[in-house]
Amino acid sequence: MKMINLLPRYLVNFVVFILLQVLLLNNLQFSGYVNPYLYVLFIITLPFSTPKWLLLILGFITGLIIDIFMNTLGLHTSATVFMAFLRPFILSSFSPRDGYEVGTRPVPSDYGFGWFFKYMVIMVATHHLFYFFVEAFDKELFLSTLTKSLISIVVSVVFILIAMLFAKKDSRTL
Amino acid sequence: MRNFIRFIIRNHFFLLFLLLEIVSFYFIFNYNQYHRKVYLSSSNQVSGYLYKNFSSVIQYFQLKKTNEELARENSELRNQLDKNSFYAPMLPEIEVDTVAAQHYRYSAARVINNSVNKHFNYLTLNKGLKHGIRPDMGVISSRGLVGVVLNTSESYSTVISLLNTRLRVSARLRETGFFGSLNWDGHSYRYATLSGIPAHATPLVGDAVVTSGYSSIFPENILVGTIDEVTIDQGEGFYEIRVLLSVDFKKLEYVHVVEKLEAEEQLELEKLSEND
Repeated sequence: MKMINLLPRYLVNFVVFILLQVLLLNNLQFSGYVNPYLYVLFIITLPFSTPKWLLLILGFITGLIIDIFMNTLGLHTSATVFMAFLRPFILSSFSPRDGYEVGTRPVPSDYGFGWFFKYMVIMVATHHLFYFFVEAFDKELFLSTLTKSLISIVVSVVFILIAMLFAKKDSRTL
Repeated sequence: MRNFIRFIIRNHFFLLFLLLEIVSFYFIFNYNQYHRKVYLSSSNQVSGYLYKNFSSVIQYFQLKKTNEELARENSELRNQLDKNSFYAPMLPEIEVDTVAAQHYRYSAARVINNSVNKHFNYLTLNKGLKHGIRPDMGVISSRGLVGVVLNTSESYSTVISLLNTRLRVSARLRETGFFGSLNWDGHSYRYATLSGIPAHATPLVGDAVVTSGYSSIFPENILVGTIDEVTIDQGEGFYEIRVLLSVDFKKLEYVHVVEKLEAEEQLELEKLSEND
């Protein structure tokens, strides 16, 4: 599939993920400080052929919009840019023996659930660890920040899986 | 020069990454400067509009609770009326021009976005500049202190919640009058820490903690919470007091924005002595 055909779908994804994040997920407050960050799925599912510089720019824009909605200027931006920067390296370390096929995307329907799960968890983990350590900075203990990020990683992964369930009915979405 | 350009092209990915991270961290460390920019905060027109419409749907599910809260506040205010006092008939009646005596003006606003689980929590209100809301006004609810207005757009405003590690509020013990500074530690949304109470004060568990009234933001004696746990720092000779907040930030629905009418005068006066 050509990149240009994917453009409308990713535009819709972009808007939907951001709306879901700021209107719905940010209002879910389970235990006091756990918050699922689903919007990272936008960066995770971008096509393999996305130019590297575009990954960074898109990460920056996504993070900045989330930051503006949440009044956390810079926090989500830095974490999302960091995740986008690591994406090519993570993808290449998970690549099949003969590389990724042309026209495929990093989604379960193309490379199987097991592959996607591993890749997605690593991506979410880089984002969340970066985010929580920058947020805590020196005000908090290392261990409490670590537990906080680990719990949030699990919660985010669960929410991403739920989102995937909804998307599965129509395999062309996401 | 050509080598330099080649270097940039070869490492464009890494350099762009560095540039974007530098911009982000610049935002993080200069938050004071940039949080005052309305378009970079949740009170901008787009997010304000989104939050307002979404919360007006959610609001219907809370109507019963909101009504109960209003009724409770009404009866509390009735109890404070002078004519309820046993001594009221015996007191001489004095005609006072109440307009001239007004120190604070309150205006009600609805919370359209709120969080309690971040390090830096903010609220968004459905009122802004055109309703007379200005930065640095206090925000309280019927149960106590909520936060301080950070910035305002035409019809929305952003409020730093008391649950924000960047906010410090001057508070005092109601019984003894000792005052200190109240700050959230970023953990539970039910508790904040009051520090700077000297060791010769005798804070008791259950005592009320109220605003000191020294700032130009809040009126005196607005309830903040009650003392939950008292520990003493032997080295410094100050108490570290855990305060159970009186406001349940998870259930915040309507708030009052407080404007101190002579705030400007007070600030100008304080500035004069600061320069000395």
